Amino acid sequence: MPETFISDEMRAAVGGVVGELVSFPISASDIRKWAQAVYYPEPPPAYFWNQAEAEARFGGLVAPEEFNPFAWMTPEGPRVQDPADRTAIGPEGALGITPPATTERLNGGIEVEYTGVRMREGDVIVAVTRLTDYLEREGRLGLMLFTITEQEWTNDRGEIIKTQRGTLIRY
Amino acid sequence: MVTDPTIGQSLPTFARRTGFHAWNRFAAVNDEFVDIHMDDEAGRGAGYPGAFGMGNLQWAWLHCLLRQWIEASGGRIVAVSCQFRAPSLKDREVRANGLVTAVRRGEREVHVDLDIWTEDEEGSRLAPGKATVAFPLS
Repeated sequence: MPETFISDEMRAAVGGVVGELVSFPISASDIRKWAQAVYYPEPPPAYFWNQAEAEARFGGLVAPEEFNPFAWMTPEGPRVQDPADRTAIGPEGALGITPPATTERLNGGIEVEYTGVRMREGDVIVAVTRLTDYLEREGRLGLMLFTITEQEWTNDRGEIIKTQRGTLIRY
Repeated sequence: MVTDPTIGQSLPTFARRTGFHAWNRFAAVNDEFVDIHMDDEAGRGAGYPGAFGMGNLQWAWLHCLLRQWIEASGGRIVAVSCQFRAPSLKDREVRANGLVTAVRRGEREVHVDLDIWTEDEEGSRLAPGKATVAFPLS
């Protein structure tokens, strides 16, 4: 068991930009399919699929707050992930540094603050992810590394939609 | 319609049946085709009784819970957090619940803090968290 998973290189990378995602313009169909999937087997609220209801309530079709506009593909093309590529699990690969010598991972949780600006049909969303911190704690399964990242989502009018904080647990 | 939120008030439950019908639909919109969510053998390989659902779907159901409560009152979701403590197993009912913990009245809005969580049929909490929603002052 190592004394620490956090190398000097990792410590120096805290605060760095891990990456930027740009979505395709959100389509009405993307919104409707997402709503149908998360409300299944009940129908989603009409304001997520009926244009008149959406206009009356939100001035147009808006996506559910948790909608992911980066699923499937971005303008960079389809993502191809190698399950054996350890650098793809944490932010280290994108930062160009050596990943920690961990073998297992867990999603430790998520915190989101919404500004009130909704994702709308036609919006292009940009998400910038930063490495916020590395923390360690001794757990039931030994030394555990907590990697904290923060992501800010903005639309193509420069309005902030949300900030999202994620915790990746590795051991 | 929420007229006067009070501390200790429970939100109407949002419940869904787990299984491949729900998970496959969510995988299709979130591009989340992962073996542990599609194949019982892979779920057993990960140490569980079979395949299990996505944390992201529980996250979505917590948002459905909040929307269901605020939609008639013109409310908005301000903040949501949760931890993924346990997987949602197949062919169970998962219930998303909420409890009001604080009510703060501002000049334009009432902010309501909540404990939120998903739980299985035995009442074990799968994804506990917190949320804040805001209602316009009438």
